Amino acid sequence: MSTLKGFSAPIMTGVVLFGLWEGVLALFNPQGFVLPAPSEIAGALIDNWDDVFQGARITGYVVVSGLLAGIVLGVLAALLVTRFRTANETITPLAVAINAIPIIALAPIFNNWFGLTSARSNQAIVVALVFFPIFINTTRGLTLVDRSQVELMESYAASRSRISREVRIPNAMPFFFTALKLSTSLAVIAAIVAEYFGGRQDALGPLITQSAGLTRYDDAWAAVLAGTTIGVVLYIAVTVLERVVMPWHSLIRSHREET
Amino acid sequence: MNVIDIRGATKVFNPGKGNQVEALAEIDLVVEPGEFVTLIGPSGCGKSTLLRLIAALIAPTTGLVEVNAKPAEQARLDRDYGMAFQTAGLFDWRTVSKNIELPLELMGWTKGDRRRRAKEMLELVKLGEFATHHPSELSGGMQQRVAIARALSFSPALLLMDEPFGALDEMTREHMQDELLRIWKETETTVVFVTHSIPEAVYLSTRVVVMSPRPGKIASVIEVDLGERQALVRDDPAFHTKVTEVRVALRKVEE
Ligand SMILES: Nc1ncnc2c1ncn2[C@@H]1O[C@H](COP(=O)(O)OP(=O)(O)O)[C@@H](O)[C@H]1O
Ligand SMILES: [Mg+2]
Repeated sequence: MSTLKGFSAPIMTGVVLFGLWEGVLALFNPQGFVLPAPSEIAGALIDNWDDVFQGARITGYVVVSGLLAGIVLGVLAALLVTRFRTANETITPLAVAINAIPIIALAPIFNNWFGLTSARSNQAIVVALVFFPIFINTTRGLTLVDRSQVELMESYAASRSRISREVRIPNAMPFFFTALKLSTSLAVIAAIVAEYFGGRQDALGPLITQSAGLTRYDDAWAAVLAGTTIGVVLYIAVTVLERVVMPWHSLIRSHREET
Repeated sequence: MNVIDIRGATKVFNPGKGNQVEALAEIDLVVEPGEFVTLIGPSGCGKSTLLRLIAALIAPTTGLVEVNAKPAEQARLDRDYGMAFQTAGLFDWRTVSKNIELPLELMGWTKGDRRRRAKEMLELVKLGEFATHHPSELSGGMQQRVAIARALSFSPALLLMDEPFGALDEMTREHMQDELLRIWKETETTVVFVTHSIPEAVYLSTRVVVMSPRPGKIASVIEVDLGERQALVRDDPAFHTKVTEVRVALRKVEE
């Protein structure tokens, strides 16, 4: 119920925006190739359905697999770092330093490492990009815990792993999901931009560059729309997952909004 | 057998560093079974630190801390005490009932027993209808009552409480004081209680320990014997005499 309500506003906004877009183009009729109308993009999408769908599948696979691998690695590194002090002192500064590298700029180099025509290098870009926000945020959530909660667990003679399970991990959840939401859109951008430089030729990235190169802008926009859809679907999935995993958190939020 | 036996305990935080703090110097304190001992003193005089030493949440720099005639650390591992802090320290991700059940879970109680006990404890702190709520839906005072219910849930023979009523309004506070006294009498627990309210210390305790700061020391110990406590005691002249006595002792400490 509340989930549906949460999504109805952005959907309405989208409908109004597309209506305006279509209307303004119909009224002022600038040169068609600058920005195709939504109806033209929809037409291109139907005409090229097979290519766009195939591209979305390939890119979607890169995004989802890269996202999953990045999450697993980021969370594992965060758990390791909070468990072992020396790991924290060595890995964390390193991670922060590496995080300053514009990962997407590494795309051509990764192509060289992982092969120009395989999706591996694109996946690697997504993994690297997702890893850092997940790692840094989750670490913060695991360590920024209420001291009296930890002392309370210690007063019950709870083991370290029990304290992790009862206090640190639930405390890290909101941090993790914030990073994850950020990561979904980053992952789509990273995958498509990485595909501009190499990887499978039937992915969305090459579809966009090739269509644009042939001045078939409505086809390019249809591919962009497919990429947007991947991002939106993932974002919604994460939001739903967040509410299932942390029902208490939306409660806190709604309570705070009221006051 | 003494419940608490502290001999020559000191605590220095960050020894040898620039931010070194001598929090406690040479503390000697013995608490016998069934006593209700209150620690009072200006803020920063080491009351919380002393309570943490007893709870073995921190180790003394020098000296000895024993609980139930064994090292405090062993008593902690044996779960000999229950603790309540100034901040409720509830877990947002657990319902009110599940918060109270937490220590029982760690002690291996069955689900049915846990439910039953949590319900009893919630009745006790007059929050019966909030069992399935989350802490964020409760006011600060209600949260604090849940934390107290949690500390009492497994009927520990020793209760350590660090300004547990500090966040409560006056009415709730007096009500909780009476409840605590009732529980203390019924269950024959021993209580060590930190407060900065003089009337609260006098009303609750059998003994008031006045502490002085920099470094934290026990300045004086005042025995209180007001007999059977009821709400009436608060208006008793003997009560006011004791309040004055503690106030004078505290004033000396603060000079
Ligand atoms: N973990 C700690 N690290 C460093 N200093 C501390 C720590 N805990 C307490 N202190 C210091 O020890 C002194 C006593 O603190 P505390 O026991 O909290 O006082 P009280 O509870 O009486 O207000 C204070 O000066 C405080 O700053
Ligand atoms: Mg204190």
